[in-house]
Amino acid sequence: MTKSLIEIDSLPSEGWPFSEIIQETNALTRRLFLQLMRRPSTLLAGILQPLIWLVLFGALFSKAPDGLLPGGTSYGRFLGAGVIVFTAFSGALNAGLPVMFDREFGFLNRLLVAPLRSRKSIVFASVIYITTISLLQSLAIMWTASLLGYGWPGLGGLLLVSFTLLLLVFAVTALSLGLAFALPGHIELIAVIFVANLPFLFASTALAPISFMPSWLGWLAALNPLTFAIEPIRAAYAGPIDLGIVLLHAPYGEVSGYGCLFVLLILTVGLFFLISPLLNRKLA
Amino acid sequence: MFAIELQKLMKSYGSVKALNGLTLNVPEGSLYGLLGPNGAGKTSTLRIICTLIAPDSGKVTVAGINALVNPRKVRRELGYVAQEVAIDKILTGRELLNLQGDLYHLPQRDKGKRISELIGLLDMGDWIDRRCGSYSGGMRRRVDLASGLLHQPKILVLDEPTVGLDIESRSAIWELLLQLKDQGTTLLLSSHYLEEVETLADQMAIIDDGKVIAEGSPDELKRALGGDRVTLKVREFSNARESEKVKELLVNVDGVRQVVINRAQGFSLNLVVDNQGSLPLLKEKLAQNNLQIFAMTHSLPSLDDVYLQATGRTLLDAELEMTASRDLRKESKKSMR
Ligand SMILES: Nc1ncnc2c1ncn2[C@@H]1O[C@H](COP(=O)(O)OP(=O)(O)OP(=O)(O)O)[C@@H](O)[C@H]1O
Ligand SMILES: [Mg+2]
Repeated sequence: MTKSLIEIDSLPSEGWPFSEIIQETNALTRRLFLQLMRRPSTLLAGILQPLIWLVLFGALFSKAPDGLLPGGTSYGRFLGAGVIVFTAFSGALNAGLPVMFDREFGFLNRLLVAPLRSRKSIVFASVIYITTISLLQSLAIMWTASLLGYGWPGLGGLLLVSFTLLLLVFAVTALSLGLAFALPGHIELIAVIFVANLPFLFASTALAPISFMPSWLGWLAALNPLTFAIEPIRAAYAGPIDLGIVLLHAPYGEVSGYGCLFVLLILTVGLFFLISPLLNRKLA
Repeated sequence: MFAIELQKLMKSYGSVKALNGLTLNVPEGSLYGLLGPNGAGKTSTLRIICTLIAPDSGKVTVAGINALVNPRKVRRELGYVAQEVAIDKILTGRELLNLQGDLYHLPQRDKGKRISELIGLLDMGDWIDRRCGSYSGGMRRRVDLASGLLHQPKILVLDEPTVGLDIESRSAIWELLLQLKDQGTTLLLSSHYLEEVETLADQMAIIDDGKVIAEGSPDELKRALGGDRVTLKVREFSNARESEKVKELLVNVDGVRQVVINRAQGFSLNLVVDNQGSLPLLKEKLAQNNLQIFAMTHSLPSLDDVYLQATGRTLLDAELEMTASRDLRKESKKSMR
């Protein structure tokens, strides 16, 4: 061996903070996508499950009497918005899993001995990854829903749908990442994900409007973050978008489209603030 | 100049005292070996140096930088090869090295060059583009070593780098470590293998119960121990009664300091004597009592003896204890954040 393994004088000098953060975040994100490409089953399952909901539930109520739902929409069209949101939600709920596995298998230690410019890069990478995945899954569902004749929101509607989903995905991702650092292992995390999934779906306006529910369930649905994402998206599907009108008739009052988005925004910001001390401590 | 200075480190996990006032100075450019039984605190020490954990109290200076104040600077100067190899099974070795290069902010061009250099150096070309999940222990270890060396650290810290490896991989790694030392890298490695420390290290310390209990060069330590070693058998397989009797006879011979019965070796006798002059006296004594000599060997004190003297048990005992008590899964769980 003639090459020198060490040239003390040529140690990499400090680069620009921002470009270093980009480099490390980019590398960490690429790793997550490589994993996904080589193990696409979670991605496919994340699309298949809501598709089954869409097809089976849509069929279940296809002969429901006209005018059953408020505004006279068909059940399939009504359901579409719910399933889109549910897809994004359950996708984002998994955000903590890769991080948890890295903790458990010690890969995180490899990241922590490296001179990362900001350890938030680890969080950024997860957020970028899971947001992309969730939005892709939701788009796949939207596309299938349109093939089933449940409508397509148009360009403006698509923007509203994306924006709403983005807010929800951020919030849920924050929650899941927080859990990934707070819980002792992946068994516990998977248990929480498993248990949280369906109740959030049923106790929302994804499958039925609040007017169909007993009052206790109506209350739950009207407090459920999913509901605040479902209603604007449903509105986007319903036709010309007006976020000023009341979209949610909750037991505690009427909530407009803007109101729904505002609640989601507060939730997202709040959750990020809530978990930030935990992340700082665990990644200190 | 010291590359690593540790002063009075304390570290507890609940009621377990992992480090108990550990002080250690690693000279620049040395290959420093840390020897110690299971749970002695080797990994804890190395983790502190690598800024993975902070001590409860004490001072940590690495490459002249206070690691507790400026950990990120320390991380840039340091390569770490961990005890439990954490590797992403789905990535190929090359992808893993690329990731590592980005985490150390190597410029893209240098990164590619450096990676191919290391692939050549560690002879990884045949399999580096296969997924890590299919690697053998030796391959993983080499990839890990490469990722520790990628950014050309001044200081390389290795936690039991050859544990569980075949002889071939082990000597390949030894050779590399010696080359690195020749080129001026400071190396600190922990080990369970006396032979490893003996072959590689120019400086060493024995750690027990979270403290350094002996330090110096291997030769210094052996010399400080003094006395020659004699191993004696009066027949191939003796028994407790006979060996006790022989022991009684020999303890009083001139120049004999100590006689220990080694049950594990067919009740052979391990003697510490002042010097070679005692050998004829021993033979004479045995002949007077009509005892044969089945085998008798004479040697200078080994590192094993240093270890025995320092820790109160032979390395063999410690190793047996280790294989019985070691639970690697649990250990990696312990290192969780
Ligand atoms: N995260 C942890 N939680 C609880 N106890 C710990 C933790 N890490 C280490 N210990 C304890 O601290 C002591 C020192 O452990 P350490 O891993 O430093 O020893 P070691 O010398 O590396 O041992 P080995 O030869 O087995 O690798 C042990 O008693 C161990 O059980
Ligand atoms: Mg250890």
